[in-house]
Amino acid sequence: MYTSMHTSGRHSGRLLWAAFRALLVLTVITGVLYPLAVTGVAQTVFHDRANGSMAEADGREVGSALIGQQWAGEDGKPDPRWFQGRPSAGGYDPLATGSSQLGASDKRLVAAVRAARAQVADFNGVPVSEVPADAVTGSASSIDPHISPRYARLQAERVARTNGLPETAVARLVEEHTEGRAAGFLGEPHVNVLKLNLAVHGLARE
Amino acid sequence: MNQTTADVLQISALAAALALVHRPLGDYMAAVYTSRRHLRPERWIYRCVGADPDAEMRWPAYLRGVLAFSAVSLLFLYAMQRFQDRLPMSLGFEPISPDQAFNTAASFTSNTNWQSYAGESAMGHLTQTGGLAVQNFLSAAVGMAVALALVRGFARSRTGELGNFWSDLVRGTVRILTPVSVLAAVVLVATGAIQNFASPHEVQTLSGGGQHISGGAVASQEAIKNLGTNGGGFFNANSAHPFENPTGVSNLLEMFLLLVIPFSLPRTFGKLVGSVRQGYAIAAAMGVIWFAGVIAVTVTEYAHPGSASQLAGAAMEGKETRFGEGGSSLFAVSTTMTSTGSVNSFHDSYSGLSGGVLMLGMMLGEIAPGGVGSGLYGMLMMAVIAVFVAGLMVGRTPEYLGKKIGTRQIKLAACYLLVTPSLVLGGTALAMGLGDGEAAMTNTGAHGFSEVLYAYTSGSNNNGSAFAGFGADTPFLNTSIGLCMLLGRFLPMVFVLALAGSLARQSPVPETAGTLRTGKPLFTGLLVGAALIISGLTFFPALALGPLAEGLV
Repeated sequence: MYTSMHTSGRHSGRLLWAAFRALLVLTVITGVLYPLAVTGVAQTVFHDRANGSMAEADGREVGSALIGQQWAGEDGKPDPRWFQGRPSAGGYDPLATGSSQLGASDKRLVAAVRAARAQVADFNGVPVSEVPADAVTGSASSIDPHISPRYARLQAERVARTNGLPETAVARLVEEHTEGRAAGFLGEPHVNVLKLNLAVHGLARE
Repeated sequence: MNQTTADVLQISALAAALALVHRPLGDYMAAVYTSRRHLRPERWIYRCVGADPDAEMRWPAYLRGVLAFSAVSLLFLYAMQRFQDRLPMSLGFEPISPDQAFNTAASFTSNTNWQSYAGESAMGHLTQTGGLAVQNFLSAAVGMAVALALVRGFARSRTGELGNFWSDLVRGTVRILTPVSVLAAVVLVATGAIQNFASPHEVQTLSGGGQHISGGAVASQEAIKNLGTNGGGFFNANSAHPFENPTGVSNLLEMFLLLVIPFSLPRTFGKLVGSVRQGYAIAAAMGVIWFAGVIAVTVTEYAHPGSASQLAGAAMEGKETRFGEGGSSLFAVSTTMTSTGSVNSFHDSYSGLSGGVLMLGMMLGEIAPGGVGSGLYGMLMMAVIAVFVAGLMVGRTPEYLGKKIGTRQIKLAACYLLVTPSLVLGGTALAMGLGDGEAAMTNTGAHGFSEVLYAYTSGSNNNGSAFAGFGADTPFLNTSIGLCMLLGRFLPMVFVLALAGSLARQSPVPETAGTLRTGKPLFTGLLVGAALIISGLTFFPALALGPLAEGLV
């Protein structure tokens, strides 16, 4: 800690005491009043969004529309009745977000991508050349709620077959759930996997 | 709309928004820091502090204010983490270990926001909003205050007085950072960012599993995290987390927030030194480097070199579907060149060459456009060097904005420039030599070395982003990177304020036919050249061992 030669110990003490009081009063403003004010507005005006954009089915909460999920059966393997999301470094656990962190030339990543390509191709009965990149790479958050429209279309036939639904009906759901770029140019076109699966769930129950 | 058009439009929209806002915001900030009036709540704050906001300070007094306030902040934040289990709303989390608590306290008070912890599994609500987010505001306000002191050094003559630190700190917080954050936070909630104080609650998913949905005052923290060029995420996934950055719109807003003050401060500077052209010459140099970085990384990521990306068909590892390569690359360059360090994609999985550009952006000293305040004073220090180099070429005493750049001034600027390279290269060498660096690597070979180099580059330049495969939560790394963050922040401030003091004392030198016109494009070119040659070459050998070796082999 810097102290000038001209500053006596008592002077430094006074300065630190002033600094401490400044910190406290500014903490009240930026650490208490600010978040409370924003929370007040958010909870009043955007109640659902402020609380996580929760999605419901069968009269209960089944997740957040913004948080991706694992669509696995009891054996932990991908369940063919559901549209599948991207590979996840953390198993879609929102309490352990983050990615694989492997470099673009890393041997382990090459092996993981190769295995994922084979798995996705086999699972959906398509040639490996048709498997899109997002289906075989882990997202940044590990809870990416979206897949590319191409990956969704590729899964439609399988989902229709395993749910006993007409393929055209499921393909239509995919088109309905394809969201374009915001304002036409922001971000990428995507499909929300949970919302799409909820629609499939609804259709299968009818 | 095809991919390229969308990306061009996205970059243009961001640049247009900044061009539109920099003028009113820059002028407003100039008014804030020169106004003689104190707002009523500000008077009340000064009474609590016991400080006279109208008392002018010379540079040593100003510096003592900066250091005392930052030291108290550091201790307070350290204590808060060490005792978080006894605080309300701790979510049942344990106290943070001493070395990690030191690292985090150093990180947030130095405006770095390097995170060796994972927010969702370590920090309680009160620690986040009442401790970490508070420093998002205050460390940013300190940076702006120091920049303003330097600007006053150029603007004033025959006085040693640089303004009042308490007044600058309070005004930056109350009149600039807080109102903009409130607005931005509400818009973020509208796009889907969460804002509550709930504990994680479990839901039963359709496929029969369970999932914990997190709560938190996320939007309010997200707004100031970007506006204050801090970068510390509420969650480990940072701005890649859908609760922090839910859509393409929120992504654009966050990039705008992290760039807006750094790109507006040159206008403030221009206003205060009496010539907005001087400010634009600085802003143009920042813009040129930023834009070149955006193009380099975007083009490289779309080309997706690297065997894994080639096999997958795109560089989507560590990137979110909703942002894609374009929205991720633009964010990555903006966050590394502003000393923000928030990420919407994980830089560790970028191609070798892109990773090198991101590192170079930090190595230039965070000046394009740099952090709030620190970007402006960093670029002005570089301008002093550039003027000096130009003066050597024509053989006359260099001057800048009517101030002589003599022996003392150039010594201070040179010392400023030496601090971060010493910390980056010394820290990296130490970590590699002792083996602690290698032990923390996730990746191997050249990319593994890049992880270590990135860590010390990010810490010393107060950026805070990471090649996050680097397992930085060890006592050695927490302590050494923590020290790099503190020295990389406060040592340069000593030189900046000393220079400001020496400039303010001078009498202005009249402009003559031989004076270098520093408000012209030629000077912008000189400035960009100086930055690239001086800082770029310093790091070339280190970059050759890491990203260049990875990207070119």
